[in-house]
Amino acid sequence: MSVANRLLPPLISGTLFGAGLTVSGMTNPERVRGFLDVFGRWDPTLVFVMGGAVIVMAIAWRIQRRMKVPVFGKKFSLPDRSDLDGKLIAGSVLFGVGWGIAGLCPGPAVASLALAPTTVLPFVIAMIVGMAAHALIPEAKLRPSKRAAR
Amino acid sequence: MFEAFPYAQPLHGLAGGILIGLAAAMMLLGAGRIAGVSGITARALKIGSGDMSMTSAWSFLVGLPIGAAIVALAGGWQPVQFASWPVLVIAGLLVGFGTRLGSGCTSGHGVCGVSRFSQRSIVATITFIGAGVATVFILNLIGGMQ
Repeated sequence: MSVANRLLPPLISGTLFGAGLTVSGMTNPERVRGFLDVFGRWDPTLVFVMGGAVIVMAIAWRIQRRMKVPVFGKKFSLPDRSDLDGKLIAGSVLFGVGWGIAGLCPGPAVASLALAPTTVLPFVIAMIVGMAAHALIPEAKLRPSKRAAR
Repeated sequence: MFEAFPYAQPLHGLAGGILIGLAAAMMLLGAGRIAGVSGITARALKIGSGDMSMTSAWSFLVGLPIGAAIVALAGGWQPVQFASWPVLVIAGLLVGFGTRLGSGCTSGHGVCGVSRFSQRSIVATITFIGAGVATVFILNLIGGMQ
């Protein structure tokens, strides 16, 4: 695959993504925490962000089903798992707690490196450390043992 | 509905959401991949597995702040308040570890997976929103953590 094909589609995607996060106010932690503050001063803005994105992507998935290969690539590399497991739930709980504490998830955090670099840097570094910590734990330790499940 | 939420910005939200959807569609139909920020970050740092090239992973990640900067330069951004750095560190550790253990975040599960009607992504999204709601509720109860 040519360098242009490897570089440009992800760069355009990332740029649109960062612009969308900023336009929608999702780079503002208070707005995100406002969405999670269902029992207080609830801010429904994130519903519209998710709604807009999901509608566009639902159309994209319909188009994708009719394509054999992506426009600028040789093959589709997409997740194919459908099973639910403890790791999915436990990971999502931990992520949700962190999201609620700071009002930041990975996309807005990386995008904010252009908006408030020194302020958001501790979050981004800690996020990378957390990712590395997960990679260091052997797979077997993260999988609930079969004996315990029985 | 919006008289009750005068601070909400539904039109900005929808416009930004459509941009995010187009971004994810570009990644899917153009590059044949999921625009999941946590997975791509891990891949770019060689923490995660997968077959995405370093060029692709880094150009997506570099695009995020470029897009944010373009909007800010066009006047579509006001300075915002972040939590103190120790709080950001705790949250960052949880977000980093959690998104890897749970195989995705708001972009990969919430946007790309939910729109594909993926069972795993729908369960993950309900779970992290639920955990976020519970966290904000508890923090408000004990007087905040900013």
